[in-house]
Amino acid sequence: MSGEVQAAAVLGGLAESEQTESGRRPTGPVRPRRVGLGSWLLPAYTVIAFVFLLIPIAYTFVFSFNDSVKSNIAWRGFTFDKWLNVCNVEGGAVCEAFANSVIIGVVSTIIATTLGTMIAIALVRYRFRARSVISLLLFLPMATPEVVLGAGLAAQFLAVGVPKDMTTIILAHTMFCISFVVVTVKARVSSLDPALEEAGRDLYGSPAQVFWRVTFPLLTPGIVAAALLSFALSFDDFIITNFNSGSVSTFPKYVYISASRGIPAEANVIASAVFLFALVLVIGAQVSRAARVKRLAKLG
Amino acid sequence: MAVREFAERGADLELVGIQKRFPGFTAIQDLDLKIPAGSFFALLGPSGCGKTTTLRLVAGLEEPTQGRILIGGKDVTATRSHERPVNTVFQSYALFPHMSIIENVAFGLKRRRIGDPLVKAHEALKLVELDHLAQRRPQQLSGGQQQRVALARAIVNRPALLLLDEPLGALDLKLRRQMQLELKTIQEEVGLTFLHVTHDQEEAMTMADTVAVMNKGAIEQMGAPEELYDLPKTAFVANFLGQSNLFAGEVAGATDTAITVDVGTARLIVPKARAHRHNGAVTVGVRPEKVSLHTERPVDSAERNVVGPGRVLDVSFSGVSTQYMVDVPGHGTILVFAQNTGSGPSVGVGDEVYTSWLVEHGFGLDDGAVEAQRFAPDDSTTSIAAQRRDDLVAELEEG
Repeated sequence: MSGEVQAAAVLGGLAESEQTESGRRPTGPVRPRRVGLGSWLLPAYTVIAFVFLLIPIAYTFVFSFNDSVKSNIAWRGFTFDKWLNVCNVEGGAVCEAFANSVIIGVVSTIIATTLGTMIAIALVRYRFRARSVISLLLFLPMATPEVVLGAGLAAQFLAVGVPKDMTTIILAHTMFCISFVVVTVKARVSSLDPALEEAGRDLYGSPAQVFWRVTFPLLTPGIVAAALLSFALSFDDFIITNFNSGSVSTFPKYVYISASRGIPAEANVIASAVFLFALVLVIGAQVSRAARVKRLAKLG
Repeated sequence: MAVREFAERGADLELVGIQKRFPGFTAIQDLDLKIPAGSFFALLGPSGCGKTTTLRLVAGLEEPTQGRILIGGKDVTATRSHERPVNTVFQSYALFPHMSIIENVAFGLKRRRIGDPLVKAHEALKLVELDHLAQRRPQQLSGGQQQRVALARAIVNRPALLLLDEPLGALDLKLRRQMQLELKTIQEEVGLTFLHVTHDQEEAMTMADTVAVMNKGAIEQMGAPEELYDLPKTAFVANFLGQSNLFAGEVAGATDTAITVDVGTARLIVPKARAHRHNGAVTVGVRPEKVSLHTERPVDSAERNVVGPGRVLDVSFSGVSTQYMVDVPGHGTILVFAQNTGSGPSVGVGDEVYTSWLVEHGFGLDDGAVEAQRFAPDDSTTSIAAQRRDDLVAELEEG
């Protein structure tokens, strides 16, 4: 209430000052100054949006320290037990699921990034038959609902008679990750000045030397971004994994299944650990970047 | 078969019957060219004339559809770019952004496994006076510095032939002049063969020993800059290398030493030695700075060609000289450049004037008829726009 009154007073004061000013300068129309709404609504809205986004993460983090017994919903006291004994409950099911997710993520990322980079370079650099068709087809996995992709793939594995295990999950993940890698790396390849590679050739570099010493280092930022994206997509994929995993457990699958009977605090521990790890990575990257800029600035 | 040895001296370059077709158009048609070892050779032409394509063919970045390329007498047509004793200074410099300056310069030496690459790279950087920036990255350098690094990166390899693809295009005028001088000095110092591609006629004339003017994928004329300027062979050369006043007419008479050409309202005399054709329909011309203005009709004589009277359309003052555009009925516009020495007549727009020049300053072209003016009169914005568009289309086609 008092805030409104204040705002009104401020508005009134401003209006007055405008009047006196226009009194002094009679020529030209006076544009009313926009004051009020924007100056507090935008910050308020921003705070609300961030709170909404961050509460689940904060909740997960805080409840990883909960001294829970079965379900992890009510606060029962602070403990480090869950962090220290994360692999000792349910025969280490959480840790096994986590390890599976990491292995699947790493393997499918390596395969998808390698193939995707090669495809991206080919699509930008060479003109060949069916080039545009391939470009379009690569977009399809991104546009198709995951349920459809997962179910379709599962049906194919069943038809061919492939037993579902880690391999089928890796195949499935590689499939949808390739599209994202191609899109990310392609942008980088198209922005690459072809004269740089020509300069490499002109300076006595064989095709292999030009690729590894000029093209690849220049594409690295794009390839790293693609690999990170690919790992993130693979690591938290549930829908496609669930269709093609058989009895293999992954971290998202474990969390989903245990959600029905109360997620154990160990899941919170792993989720928090992954989040913190990612945070450290991002901060580390920023710091080293800032340091490099500083160093270059000092040189310059 | 990588090139493992430094070239002792520049090598000569020979192009034999080169043809290059791209899907949809022919960039070069039947080009024969011989560049002697150790010379500074300029390929001059408008964008889209095939000069850059020629350079890329020599560098091995494109393959000719037909013809052979010989460097130092050796056929290199079938070899690939990294196997040729040739280095290029690219238009965009193409410095590797992920390497320091010294790494950029040492790149070629390392690929050829030549001893002490860093020592040699530092020497090359000293030559272009940039050794103190060796540890920096290319993006921290100014345009002129990058250009010099690009040059150092190429000459450090002591190629038999150095190719320059409009390397001064991105620099401002003052820096350009300075770099032109530096390039010329370096070329004389290291004694390499330079092949310089440019669309800047002034640059070509100040730097090169020999200039070849290229148009539509073929060489129109080749020779020393003074020779090309003084005695252009075609209307294209006459207008691309500087400006010219051209008159088309019939040969009406001839003596032992000169021909007389009837161009309608005047009879122009051209020495036979300065005319490529001596009978039939011919085009004769004169450079604008050789033409003088008169307020009264000059006395007819065998030494002087007189055209007029005409009316001054435009006067533009440019410091050292004044440029007049005179409209002569039956001829069109005649350009006159007068030095501002204070001795000539002072004329203004609308005045009636006569133009004249010494017979020995005229020239006769090899072309049958006057081609469309490549350089539009400065006052015509529509023709400038049309020219720009043509240039752009040509550039797109070339790229």
